[in-house]
Amino acid sequence: MAVTTLAELPPYGVCRVERILDCGIRDRLESLGMTRGAELVWLFAAPGGDPAAYSVRGTAVALRRSDAEKVLVTRSGAWE
Amino acid sequence: MGMTGRERGGLRVALIGNPNVGKSTLFNALTGLRRHTGNWTGKTVDGAEGRVRAAHGRMTLVDLPGCYSLAPTSPEEEVTRGFLMSGAADCAVVVCDASCLERNLNLVLQTLHVTARTVVCVNLVDEAAKRGIAVDTKKLASILGVDVVATNAARKQGLAELVRAIRRAALREETAKGEAEAAPLWDEAERIAAAAVQRDGDARSARRLKLDRVLTGRFTGTLIMLALLALVFFLTMEGANYPSRLLSKLLSPVPGLVRRLLEKTPLKGAAAGALCDGGLATLVTVISVMLPPMAIFFPLFTLLEDLGLLPRIAFDLDRSFSRCGGCGKQALTACMGFGCNAAGVVGCRIIESPRERLIAILTNSLTPCNGRFPTLTALIAMFFTAGLGALGGAAGALILTAAILLSLGATFLASKLLSVTLLKGKPSSFVLELPPFRTPRVGQIIVRSLLDRTLFVLGRAAVAAFPAGVIIWLLANCGSEPPISACAAFLDPAGRAMGLDGAALAAFILGLPANELVMPLLLMIYRGAGTFAAGGELMHETLVLHGWTVKTALCMTLLMLFHSPCLTTLLTVRRETKSPAWTLAAFLLPSAIGAAACLAVNGAFAIFGR
Repeated sequence: MAVTTLAELPPYGVCRVERILDCGIRDRLESLGMTRGAELVWLFAAPGGDPAAYSVRGTAVALRRSDAEKVLVTRSGAWE
Repeated sequence: MGMTGRERGGLRVALIGNPNVGKSTLFNALTGLRRHTGNWTGKTVDGAEGRVRAAHGRMTLVDLPGCYSLAPTSPEEEVTRGFLMSGAADCAVVVCDASCLERNLNLVLQTLHVTARTVVCVNLVDEAAKRGIAVDTKKLASILGVDVVATNAARKQGLAELVRAIRRAALREETAKGEAEAAPLWDEAERIAAAAVQRDGDARSARRLKLDRVLTGRFTGTLIMLALLALVFFLTMEGANYPSRLLSKLLSPVPGLVRRLLEKTPLKGAAAGALCDGGLATLVTVISVMLPPMAIFFPLFTLLEDLGLLPRIAFDLDRSFSRCGGCGKQALTACMGFGCNAAGVVGCRIIESPRERLIAILTNSLTPCNGRFPTLTALIAMFFTAGLGALGGAAGALILTAAILLSLGATFLASKLLSVTLLKGKPSSFVLELPPFRTPRVGQIIVRSLLDRTLFVLGRAAVAAFPAGVIIWLLANCGSEPPISACAAFLDPAGRAMGLDGAALAAFILGLPANELVMPLLLMIYRGAGTFAAGGELMHETLVLHGWTVKTALCMTLLMLFHSPCLTTLLTVRRETKSPAWTLAAFLLPSAIGAAACLAVNGAFAIFGR
C-alpha cells in the first residue's frame, strides 16, 4: 500500500501510522498514541470539513487538515 | 523525604493521569473539597492539595494537571514530571479511563519507571461497562506488579479499597530507577491492554458517533448549538421571573425597617441612611434581581458542560477562529467566560501557542459573564419584549441569543484585528481530544452550582455591594452639591454621545469591582436620597423617569456586553500575562468596542430615528 498523509484519508477511512514528519506537534501527537503501527479511523468532521476527528487507541482526537498532513499513513480499508 | 512527610501531615499522594479521566472528581470524592470538574481536556490547569477525610486516615492528596506522558513537552507535563522526580510524593496514583486503557497505559508504564510506589486506579468503570468494555484488574495487577483498583469516583465506589492500596504502596520498597522514561512505551501498552481488556461488540459507540455527526453536521451542528443556547436563555428568563418578584417583595421593605430601628439608636441620620438606603438597599437589589437568573443559568450551563458539549463547540468553531488568527480552543475559554471571565482567562492556559493564548485572554471579556446576564435579561424584559405577553419569554431568549452571537462576532473581529496588528503570526495547530458524551449527574450539578457558585456570588455581593452602596450613598448625599452629581454631570456629554447619560457611565466606573453592581448603583445614583425599592416594575419606572427609551436600553445592552473586565478579571490578566501593558490592552479593547458600538447606535438613531 502506498504511503499518503492522514489529510488525504477519505471519510470513514481506516489507516495505520507510518511516521510523523518533524513538526512542532510531533511529540504531542505521539503522546496521544499516534505512533508507528497505530490504527486511525476517520470519525467525523466539523461543518466546514476541517478539522476532522479520528479515533486513536480508543479515543477521539481532532486535528486540523494542516496538522494531519504531517502524519504519514498507509490506507488499510474503510469502515462501516 | 518520605518519612518526614509521613510524620507531619500523613502520606503525600500525587494524583496523575491523562486529562479528563476524572482526577478532579476522584480528588473531590476523597477530600470532600469541591474543585470544579467538567467533561473536557484541560479543565484542571493548576495543581491543588487536599486532606483526605478523617474516616480514611491522614493523607494529603495533590491533584496534578492532566498529562499524556512524562516527556516534558507541555507545561502541565513538566509540572507532573517535576513533582514525581523530586520525590515529594510518598505514592503516585495513576488514574486511568477504563474505556481507553491502552492510551492511559503509556503514562502508567512511564510512571512505573520513576517510582514503584504506584497505584493504578481504573476509573469510570461503569461508563466502560455501558460501552461493553471490561477491564480485568487482577490480571492487570499481575502484569504490572502493582495494585490496580477499579473505581467509580462520581458514585464514590472503590474509594476505600483505593486508600488501602495507597497505604500498601507507600510502604513498598523503592525499586524503580527514579528516572523518567521519555520514550513512549506503546508496544508494551498495546500488549498489556490486549491481555487485560475485554470488549463486547461496540454497538453503543456507533450510536454515540451518530450524535457526534449530528452535532458537527454542516447545518445541524450550528442549528442545534444555537437552539440549545436559546433554550437555556428561555428557561433562565422564564424561571427567574417569579422568584425575582417574590424576593423583591420580601426583601424591599428590609432597608426601611432596619432604618426605623436604627433611628432609635445613636446611629441615626446620615449614618443610618448610608447603611440602610445605601448599603442594604444595594444588597437587596443584587439579591433579588441578580440572584435568581444566576441560580438557574449556572446549573443549566454546567449540565451542558458535564455532557461534553463544550469540546464539540470548539471543534465546530475552530475553522472560524483559525481564520481570525486564533485557535478553536478559544471557544472553550470563551464558554468558560460565560461563567466568569476571570476563570476564562485562567483557562486560556490550555492554548499552547503564546500568541493565540494572548488573543484568547484579551478577548475573553467580550463574552458576557454570569454577573452581566441578569442585567441583560432585565433590560430585554423591560424595554424590548414588554407587551408581547406570553411570547415575551421566547422573544427575549432570541434577543439574548442574538446578543451572544454579537459578542461572538466581536470576539472574531477583535481576534482578527489583534492578529494583524499587535499579535502578528500564523495560526499554529489544533489538537484536541473529544471526550465521550457522559450522562450528567443532575442532582450533583444542582447542588454544586447552587451551593458553590450561587453562594459564592452571594458572598461576593455582600462584600462588594454593601460597601459600594454605602460609598455611593455618601457621594450622592453629602453637601448641597453631591460629588456623584458633579461626576455624572462631568461624564454627561460623553454619556449622551453614547446614547446614555453621565450617571450610567459613572455606574460602570464605580461598578468596576463586580459587574453585578452596575445596575443597582445606577438606580442608586438616579434615586439619590429618595426612597429605594428593588422591584422590577420600580426599576423600570425609575429608568423611564430618567428619560430611558428603547435606544437607551439598546446602548446600555451593548455597553453591558462590551466594557472593561471587572477588577478580579483585570488582576487575573495581570497575573497570567505578567505584563501591565497587556493588562491595559485587556482593559482598553472591550471598552473601545463598547464605546464605538454605542456611538454608532446613537448616531444611527440620530439620523434615522425618531
